[in-house]
Amino acid sequence: MHAFEYQRPASLTEAVAALGANEEAKALAGGMTLLATMKQRLASPSDLIDLSGIAELKGIRREGDAVVIGAMTTHAEVHASSEVADAIPGLATLAGLIGDAQVRNCGTIGGSVANNDPAADYPAAVLALGATVHTDRRTISADDYFTGLFETALEEGELITKIAFPIPQSAGYAKFANPASRYAIVGVFVARTSDGVRVAVTGAGAGGVFRVPEMETALSGSFTPDAVAGIAVSPGGLNADIHASAEYRAHLVSVMAKRAVAAAG
Amino acid sequence: MSTDGIGARVRRKEDYRFLTGNGHYVDDINRPGQAYAAFVRSPLAHARIRSIDTGAASAAPGVLAVLTGDDAKADGIGGLICGWMITSKDGSPMKAGGHPVLAQDKVRYVGDHVAVVVAETLDQARDAAELVDVDYEELGVVASTATARAAGQPAVHDEISDNTCYEWELGDKAATDVAFSGAAHVTRLDIVNNRLIPNAMEPRAAIGDYDRGSDSFTLYTTSQNPHVHRLVLSAFVGIAPEHKLRVVAPDVGGGFGSKIFIYAEETVCLWASKRVRRPVKWTAERAESFLSDAHGRDHVTKAELAMDANGKFLGLRVHTIANLGAYLSTFASCVPTYLYAPLLSGQYKIPAIYAEVDGVYTNTAPVDAYRGAGRPEATYVVERIVETAAREMGIDPAELRRRNFIGPDEYPYQTPVIMTYDCGDYNASLTKAMELADYGGLAARKAEARARAKLRGVGFSCYIEACGIAPSAAVGSLGAGVGLWESGSIRFNPTGNVIVNTGSHSHGQGHETTFAQLISSHLGVPTDQVEVVHGDTDKTPFGMGTYGSRSLAVGGSALVKAAEKIVAKGRKIAAHLMEASEADIEFKDGKFTVAGTDKEKSIQEVAFAAYVPHNFPPDLEPGLEENAFYDPLNFTFPAGTQICEVEVDPDTGVVEIVNFVAVDDFGVVINPMIVEGQVHGGIVQGVGQALCEAAVYDEGTGQLLTGSYMDYRMPRADDVPSFKVDMTVTPNPSNPLGVKGCGEAGAIAAPAAVMNAVIDAIGADLQMPATAERVWQALQAGTKMAAE
Repeated sequence: MHAFEYQRPASLTEAVAALGANEEAKALAGGMTLLATMKQRLASPSDLIDLSGIAELKGIRREGDAVVIGAMTTHAEVHASSEVADAIPGLATLAGLIGDAQVRNCGTIGGSVANNDPAADYPAAVLALGATVHTDRRTISADDYFTGLFETALEEGELITKIAFPIPQSAGYAKFANPASRYAIVGVFVARTSDGVRVAVTGAGAGGVFRVPEMETALSGSFTPDAVAGIAVSPGGLNADIHASAEYRAHLVSVMAKRAVAAAG
Repeated sequence: MSTDGIGARVRRKEDYRFLTGNGHYVDDINRPGQAYAAFVRSPLAHARIRSIDTGAASAAPGVLAVLTGDDAKADGIGGLICGWMITSKDGSPMKAGGHPVLAQDKVRYVGDHVAVVVAETLDQARDAAELVDVDYEELGVVASTATARAAGQPAVHDEISDNTCYEWELGDKAATDVAFSGAAHVTRLDIVNNRLIPNAMEPRAAIGDYDRGSDSFTLYTTSQNPHVHRLVLSAFVGIAPEHKLRVVAPDVGGGFGSKIFIYAEETVCLWASKRVRRPVKWTAERAESFLSDAHGRDHVTKAELAMDANGKFLGLRVHTIANLGAYLSTFASCVPTYLYAPLLSGQYKIPAIYAEVDGVYTNTAPVDAYRGAGRPEATYVVERIVETAAREMGIDPAELRRRNFIGPDEYPYQTPVIMTYDCGDYNASLTKAMELADYGGLAARKAEARARAKLRGVGFSCYIEACGIAPSAAVGSLGAGVGLWESGSIRFNPTGNVIVNTGSHSHGQGHETTFAQLISSHLGVPTDQVEVVHGDTDKTPFGMGTYGSRSLAVGGSALVKAAEKIVAKGRKIAAHLMEASEADIEFKDGKFTVAGTDKEKSIQEVAFAAYVPHNFPPDLEPGLEENAFYDPLNFTFPAGTQICEVEVDPDTGVVEIVNFVAVDDFGVVINPMIVEGQVHGGIVQGVGQALCEAAVYDEGTGQLLTGSYMDYRMPRADDVPSFKVDMTVTPNPSNPLGVKGCGEAGAIAAPAAVMNAVIDAIGADLQMPATAERVWQALQAGTKMAAE
C-alpha cells in the first residue's frame, strides 16, 4: 500500500467538497474492493475520504411503497433488517449471500452499487426491482444507472446517498457463487410488480447486469418456475473464465431463474 | 500406569498459546536494528535479462542495499541444490539446471526472484523495489506438463534438451509385458493429478541476523527441518560454516511439505544481513506465497491394469510425466520417482509392475513434496484404475479388491517395486469401513436420491503409504544425499521434571503433547512435567526434521532409545541409593524397586540424587541426561479404507459429500484425538484436491491464473460432512513403539474416494478437480446416467 491521506468528514457536504478538491482523492465506503486493490498497489489514491462518519448515509426506512436504504448500510444490516425482510425478503436473502461474514459486516450497498462489479449481487436487485439511486445531486433510475463493466451513470465525485427499492408483489434471488471468491458466477433476481415481471442477471454478462425480456414476458403470463425452464439465453455476450464457460453460465441463468421464481413463491 | 500416557486423549499442550494468540512465529520476532527486504520478482514466465538498473532504487529513501544475481555471484553465494540424485534408465544422471538465489541471465517463471531491496522500513523497501528497472527480452513459454517434452518447445534451461530432467523407470518391463499378453481384460485410464498450491496458514518468513563480533549468523525461518536448512546453507550455498550458523524455526503455522525446502528468500536475507550489517526480515505476502512456494502434484499419467477373467490382477503398467517446474527444489527429484512408483502395488498382489516417469521442466514455480508427496499420486492411480476395472468387469468394487488383497498371513510381503510390507490387515479396515458407510443400504439411498432428481454415488479408496521415512541405507542406495535417522535427548532436571529435545519439528502436529505422553508412559513422569523442545539447531541434537509422517515412528523411536538409556542410568543410581545390586533393580511406572523387597525410589528422587551426588562412588557418573539416534529398519506402511458418498445436482453439477468414512491402521496410537485431527485435516485437503483446488497457468504466457483466493478455491468447513473415523490396529513390528504415522493418510486416500464416488454418481469419467462445471459438462456429454 502506498501512503495516503485520510479524512473522515461528518457531513455529506464536506465529503463532496473534499472529493471535489482533489481529483486523486477517492471515497471510501466499506473498502471491500478499494482497500484490497490498494494493498496490491494497483490503486494509489492521494486521499481517502471515509464516508463512515456521515449519519445521513445510514439506515433502512420504509417510505410509502418503497424501502429506502442508506448508502453506508452494510450488507449484514440489510440481511438482518426486519423492514427489508417484511417488504422484500428476496433482497434480504441476497444481502446474506454476499461474500463472507467479514465482507458483509464491512461492505456497503452504496459502495457495491457505485463500484458496479459485474459479478456483484446488488446490481441484479437494483435493476430487477426498478430501484432509484439517489445521489448528492440527483436521482437516477436503475434502467439508466448501469452503463457497463464497473461503469455507471455517476459523475466524477458524485456520491450515492440512498437507494429506494419499490416494494414488489414478490421477488426472489438465486445465486450460483464462484466457489473461490463467492462473487456471483450467475445471480438472477426476479421481481413481480403491478407493472409486470422484471428479471435481472448479474455475474454472467460481459457488459455487466442485464435483463432477460423473454423470461419477463413468460413470467408475466405465468409466474412459475416452469415458465422459464425452457428459456435459454445465448452464450454470446456472456463472460468466460477459468471458473465457468459462457455455455455453462448460459445454462445456469435458466437454472437460477427457475430457482429465483421458486424462491419468490 | 500413567493416565496421560500412550493411548490417552490428552488435550494438546500447545493449543493454549496458539488459541490465545501467544504463539511465537517468525514474523513475531523483531531484532534490534532490523531492516526489511522486498523482492523484485519476474512478471514474465521466461525471459532473458538484458540489464538491471538499480540506480533509482538505490537512491530511494531509506534504501540500504539493492542486490542482484551478479552481487550474489561476486560474493560466492552458491545456487540452491536438489538433495536426491535420480538416474535415468539409460544410466545417465538427472540434469539439474542451475538454481541461483537471484536470477542470473534468465528468469524462468512468474515470481522468479530477480533482485532484493533492503531498506529501513518495509514500505520503503517495497516502494524502492518498484523502481528497479529490469530490461527483459521475452522468450517463448512452456507451461504444459503434457507437452513440455514435445519437439519445438522452448528450453527452460538452455543446456538441457527436451526440458527433460530424467527418464526414470522402476520394475520389470519384460515380465509386465508378458503379464499383459496373457490378460483376459485390460483396463486403461488417463489420469491428471492436478497441481496444488500448499497455502499454509502462516506464509514463509525469514530473518537473517549476522553478528559481527562472533562472525556468525542466526536464521529465524519457517522450516520443517532447521538442521537440514543449516546443512544446505553451509555445505552447498556457502553462507557460513555449520558452527557459525544457527537456524531457529519457532512456532510454524503449517507446512504440508512446503517448508521442508531451502528457498532463495531466507538465503538472501542471511547474505544481505552481512552486506548491510543489520538483521534483514522478510515475510511473504500471500500473493508471493502463491507464486513462489513450491507447488505439489502435477502429473499426467497413462495407466493400464491387466487382469484374468476373474479379476485377478496380473500386471500394472504406468507412464507418468511429472512437472518439476522451472528449477529443481530441494527434494523435487525423488517425489515423483521413489516416493511414487514404489507405492503402485497398493494393497494388492500384483505380480508384475513397470513404471516410467519422465521429469520435465516448465516455466512454472518449482514443484516438490506436498502432503503425501508422491504417495497420493500413486494411490490415485491405483485406486482409480481398480475401481474403473471393477466397473468394466461388472464386479463389486469391494469384492474386486478383496480378491486381490495381500492377506494378513502373507507378511513380510515383497512387492515388485522395492517395498517389503511388514504388517497389515486390509480386509479388516475395508470391512469396518463398509459397515460404517452402510454399504448395504446404498441401492436404496441411490433410489431415494433419484426420486429427488439427484445422483448419488459411492467411491472407495484402499490406500497404502510408505511413511516413517526412512532407513538411511535404503534411501542412500536410491540416490538420497542424506541419511534419514532421527535424534532425541531426554534431560531430567534436579527437581524431577524433564526437557525433551527432538530433532523433528512440529508445525501443527502436536509433538509437544504426543512426545510428552510417550515420556509419561516410558518414564512415569506426568505429561505436564515434560517440556518438548524443537526447532533450534543450538538447542536440539542434529535431526532431519518432520515430513513423510516420520516424527513419531523415527523421532519417537529415538526417544524410546534415549528413555531406555535413562532407565539404565537410573538403575545404577537407584542401586547405589538403595544399597542393592543393579541386577536386582526393576523399573516400572516411574519407580525403581529392589526385586523382592518394598524398597523403592521414584525417578524424581533418582534424578535429584543424580545432580546432588554427595556420596556417589567414583565409577558412578552424576547427571541424568541421555541422547539417542535411531535409524529405522524399514519404512512403515499405514493403510486403510476411505469410503465417500456424494450427491450430484444434475442441474448445476454441484457435488455434495453426504457421507465420509475413514478406517485407518496407523499401528499403535499415542493420542487418538490428535490422530483423528490429522485424519480430518488430511481428508479435507484431499477433498480440496478432488473437488476444488487447481493451480492454473496460462499456457501461452505462463501467468498464474489462480494467484489469489479470489481464484484459487480452498476447501471450506461447509464442503465436508462430519466424518466417521475409526481405526484398526496391526502393531508395527519394525519399531519399538509399534507406530506407523498418520500425518498424510487423509490427503493420500481422499482424492480417489471422492472421484470414484462422483464417477459412480454420474456414470462418466472426469479429471480432478470435479468442479461443478466439469461435472455438468460430463453429464452433458451424455455418456450415461448413474449406473444402476
